[in-house]
Amino acid sequence: MTALATPSTSTSTPVRPRRAWVGVLIGVLLVALALTGLFVGASDVTPGSLASGGADGDAAFLLVASRIPRTLAAVLVGASLGIAGLIMQMLVRNKFVEPGTTGVSEFATLGMLVTIVFLPGLAVVGKMAVAAVFGLFGTWVFLRVVRIVPVRQLVLVPLVGIMLGGVVGAVTTFFAYRLDLLQSLGQWSQGSFATVMQGRYEFLWIAGLMVGVAWFAADRFSVIGLGEEFATNLGLDYRRVVAVGMVIIAVITAAVLVTAGMVPFLGLVVPNVVSLIIGDNVRRAIPWVAGLGAVFVLACDLIARVVRFPYEIPLSVIVGIVGAALFLWLLLRRRSRAH
Amino acid sequence: MIALENVTKRYGGQPVVDDVSITFGGEGVTALIGPNGAGKSTLFGLVGRLLSPDAGRVTVDGMDVASTPSSELAKVLAVLRQDNHVAARLTVHDLVEFGRFPHSRGRLTVHDREHIESAIGYLELGPYRDRFLDELSGGQRQRAFVAMVLAQDTEYVLLDEPLNNLDLRHMTEIMRLVRRMADELGKRVVIVLHDINFAASYADRIVAMRDGVVVADAPAREVMRPDVLAAVYDTPVDVREIDGKPVALYYG
Ligand SMILES: Nc1ncnc2c1ncn2[C@@H]1O[C@H](COP(=O)(O)OP(=O)(O)O)[C@@H](O)[C@H]1O
Ligand SMILES: [Mg+2]
Repeated sequence: MTALATPSTSTSTPVRPRRAWVGVLIGVLLVALALTGLFVGASDVTPGSLASGGADGDAAFLLVASRIPRTLAAVLVGASLGIAGLIMQMLVRNKFVEPGTTGVSEFATLGMLVTIVFLPGLAVVGKMAVAAVFGLFGTWVFLRVVRIVPVRQLVLVPLVGIMLGGVVGAVTTFFAYRLDLLQSLGQWSQGSFATVMQGRYEFLWIAGLMVGVAWFAADRFSVIGLGEEFATNLGLDYRRVVAVGMVIIAVITAAVLVTAGMVPFLGLVVPNVVSLIIGDNVRRAIPWVAGLGAVFVLACDLIARVVRFPYEIPLSVIVGIVGAALFLWLLLRRRSRAH
Repeated sequence: MIALENVTKRYGGQPVVDDVSITFGGEGVTALIGPNGAGKSTLFGLVGRLLSPDAGRVTVDGMDVASTPSSELAKVLAVLRQDNHVAARLTVHDLVEFGRFPHSRGRLTVHDREHIESAIGYLELGPYRDRFLDELSGGQRQRAFVAMVLAQDTEYVLLDEPLNNLDLRHMTEIMRLVRRMADELGKRVVIVLHDINFAASYADRIVAMRDGVVVADAPAREVMRPDVLAAVYDTPVDVREIDGKPVALYYG
């Protein structure tokens, strides 16, 4: 051996910190915010009033009928919308898409309008199903458009989606205007948990179920995220996995729409933040995205309730402000990281 | 055996692969050479069921790629395409792990993990295993893709220009690895190469394509002749003997 030929085999970079503490932080925040949410509102519900009133007291009734459903609804909405965004980003292979930037939400809203006009007596679950079918169609249209129109720049993809959503939204508004249904339309397009109570949020468990499905098929979505060529080489039925993903996205969008209305930005911001911390391996990312999404909605809902206490402002206003700020930060960060 | 029978693929009426009949799998390492646009990548796409032929049939071990379940083919055939862009933020380890997907379907066994570790070891990716792909150099990323294909552990491995982006040392290392895959692991590797000298010194057989047809198909040494190479590349190529090996000179 010569002195020259000592290959540097020991150039090991430090192993990436697992960032476990951020995960723990999300968990702690989730529990803390959920508990706080139970005790914040116009009427008085405190551990004290619960203890004095007993199981039949007003406070206990309020807790079971309104506060617990509201908290659960916030958790389910946050978790499932985050997952819908994550799955959509894997299907489209673009970090800037979510149901709200691809026309899916607008199609689902159009579906809601259709049920009101043509099937006024339909039960809520039926409305949700129709909205989901419209959402599914919207997802399909978007995927077709992105496929046919080769969009070079990544940020242009959601622009195409937003334009698509704009067109569908305009059609919906036109008919709502002609049919004097603008008020209902306003209700859905403004997310809020103010009307959530026992018996009116349970459809969100279907969205929760979709999170379970996504988790079960997590590796398939990761592989899909590598692109059609890798997926095919690895023996995956690309179309089938994409179809499952589309159903997940549409059902979550519809379930959230009928119970809470539109919650913008969440599906976009939360998976991106998680991606920065631990990457895009779907199996790893799902608990993080679900947890952070829930924290996000719980926090925004709390703010919506306390800013003008005892009145509430619409959740979508808070989500819009916080989400837009986070989104801008992500965009600028990406720009500065790109080469 | 990978067999193409009278396979044709056209784009806009223009045949890009033109009535090609050929088999791969008799030799350990087959180099596929030819100028840009000859149809090499298209041929790989046809074998890898990414493209469907306009005429003809492709079989792998007798299984028609058009009708055999993709999940079955994935256990015997691995294809690494030429330009791979992965947008997802995945670590090297994640990527190599997905190479096991045809076998594990997402549930990794001890056996799967051994394959993952040895693939990472083979390509000297140990120090980078927890790095995201977008934090690697082009060459390191290319090696990660090769490691993924290696972990897939298939009898047939098709590599489309895997030496792109690699420095001299890693080019040589990949070629040695390819040789070992054939000699030690019994794999059948078909590799698209632009450097015909690599083809000459590492491949058992060289297949040359031009304008969608196979223009030469012979043991490496027989293809390494000035007249053959000049016809393939449409440019004069000199071939000299150095230490008993043919070396093509095409820098002049
Ligand atoms: N999707 C496509 N549409 C139209 N023409 C294509 C397409 N893919 C490849 N081609 C054409 O087919 C020919 C062969 O391409 P390719 O197989 O990539 O060649 P090689 O890999 O040998 O350089 C080229 O002329 C290329 O322009
Ligand atoms: Mg090529």
